[in-house]
Amino acid sequence: MAFGKKPPLGHVVIIGGGYAGTTAAKYIRMWSLGNIAVTVIEKSAQFVSCPLSNLVLGGSKTINDLTFDYDLVQKNHGVKWVPDEVTAIDVTAKKISMKRGEIAYDRLIIAPGIDLMYDAFPHLEAAQEQIPHAWKAGWQTVNLRKQLEAMPDGGVFVMSIPKAPYRCPPGPYERACQVASYLKTNKPKSKVIVLDANPEIVSKKGLFTKVFNEMYAGIIDYRPNNAITAVDIASKTITSEFDKVKADVLNIIPPQRAGKAAQMVGLNNIDKRWCEVDFLTYESKIAPNVHVIGDSVSAALPKSAHMATSQARVCASAIVALVSGQPPDTAPVFANTCYSYVNDKQAMHVANVYRYDETKKIMLPAEGGGVSDKPSELEGQYANAWAVNIWSDVLT
Amino acid sequence: MLTKHFIYLDFILLGFILFTSVRGDAAEVNAFKAPENISQENTHIRTLAASCAACHGTNGNSVTGSNAGSLPVLAGLNANYFSSQMNAFKNGERVSTVMHHHAKGLHADEIDLLALYFSQQKRITATPLKAQTLKTNHD
Repeated sequence: MAFGKKPPLGHVVIIGGGYAGTTAAKYIRMWSLGNIAVTVIEKSAQFVSCPLSNLVLGGSKTINDLTFDYDLVQKNHGVKWVPDEVTAIDVTAKKISMKRGEIAYDRLIIAPGIDLMYDAFPHLEAAQEQIPHAWKAGWQTVNLRKQLEAMPDGGVFVMSIPKAPYRCPPGPYERACQVASYLKTNKPKSKVIVLDANPEIVSKKGLFTKVFNEMYAGIIDYRPNNAITAVDIASKTITSEFDKVKADVLNIIPPQRAGKAAQMVGLNNIDKRWCEVDFLTYESKIAPNVHVIGDSVSAALPKSAHMATSQARVCASAIVALVSGQPPDTAPVFANTCYSYVNDKQAMHVANVYRYDETKKIMLPAEGGGVSDKPSELEGQYANAWAVNIWSDVLT
Repeated sequence: MLTKHFIYLDFILLGFILFTSVRGDAAEVNAFKAPENISQENTHIRTLAASCAACHGTNGNSVTGSNAGSLPVLAGLNANYFSSQMNAFKNGERVSTVMHHHAKGLHADEIDLLALYFSQQKRITATPLKAQTLKTNHD
């Protein structure tokens, strides 16, 4: 991977090869016409898609349908890939330490995704084999699916949803539908109990309420205002503010915060969880020349994969402009579409254009956005096409 | 406006000079051909256009084929056709599941600039990804 001599417009290092980081890498290379050297540091050897991973629980996809190599994005765009783990970041010396070496940068992009917070229930952190979160796609997703397969008919699946903001606002409700879809066909005496810390369904409320009450009547039992207060691991018993329920299969999605690399330099200045950025460049408000994109950003924006890629491209475009001595775009606009599958075939969306507000200096939803009228098979096909296209855009 | 265009021209020239000065390296590492017509004005619309990639592919080249569904390829699309369809989504003349939620959020000039941008993109065959087996050492 020869960059030749010193690249004319400098070296951007990106921590994290998820939707945000990989997109930023590709688009910086493309839009700088190869004049910015880009290195991605990512500890995982494979890209596993969180979008569609709830379908592994439903049984219409396997994890191997969602797992991809990073080779094409490296080859097609001349992105240097370092399979390592960051141990320290020196923002003054502009240097990153990893387990197996060091690397210097001119600008840094941190795209670490989420860090799951087990502070309230430390004993759960060591019990992820029995009680997986499955909120990062991978072996935990497979584990949760296996637990569902092993559950007897008449069993109870219990899931806990943390208070917003968390990764993928409609995701937990899609998960409830996917689990219910599997149980309805294969173990019809079983139940899904959803303990939601939020006062109501966070995303696509009307649509999910209808699906819960009609498609999954008698299966999904949705309980709002139910933050968990205690968990007994051995008996899989969960106590909430109002309930005490025993699960056969228990899925606790913990609260989340900016990923570890962002925490290393204290970029998570909002509630000690999320990172405040300039929405024209995604530069951190804490450290100069350090940008944060994706789920770690503090914003009134959904923490979705599509959003992560949109932020990545605004950031990429701004960095290309800045290092070329040009002003970045003063009014970014981008689109976001999130699909949720309610069974193996039908899906529904929420879609919005987001526009920079020059007074408030944040991204706000434009008029005209909204949700599907109802879930449909046509939108199920669109949702699959969305996935095929975003994977191709990010990874080739 | 005239001044702005001179700035764009400067940017194009700067990009050209930088590009040609490292042509050897760039050609070696940059197999993907970057879109032409890069101007400052375009960087705004280019970023907006790129957010369509989740469904319509990089530079409007969506992945086609049986498993990919049939989302329209926007690259190389006639600009008038693009504008007329987007406006039809926007005003409700053309019924859609999702596109009206995007079209209604866009200004008329943004629709026209997107139309121009996509009409200038070269149509290429997008690569569908091959999935693979999850390795045991992954999280």
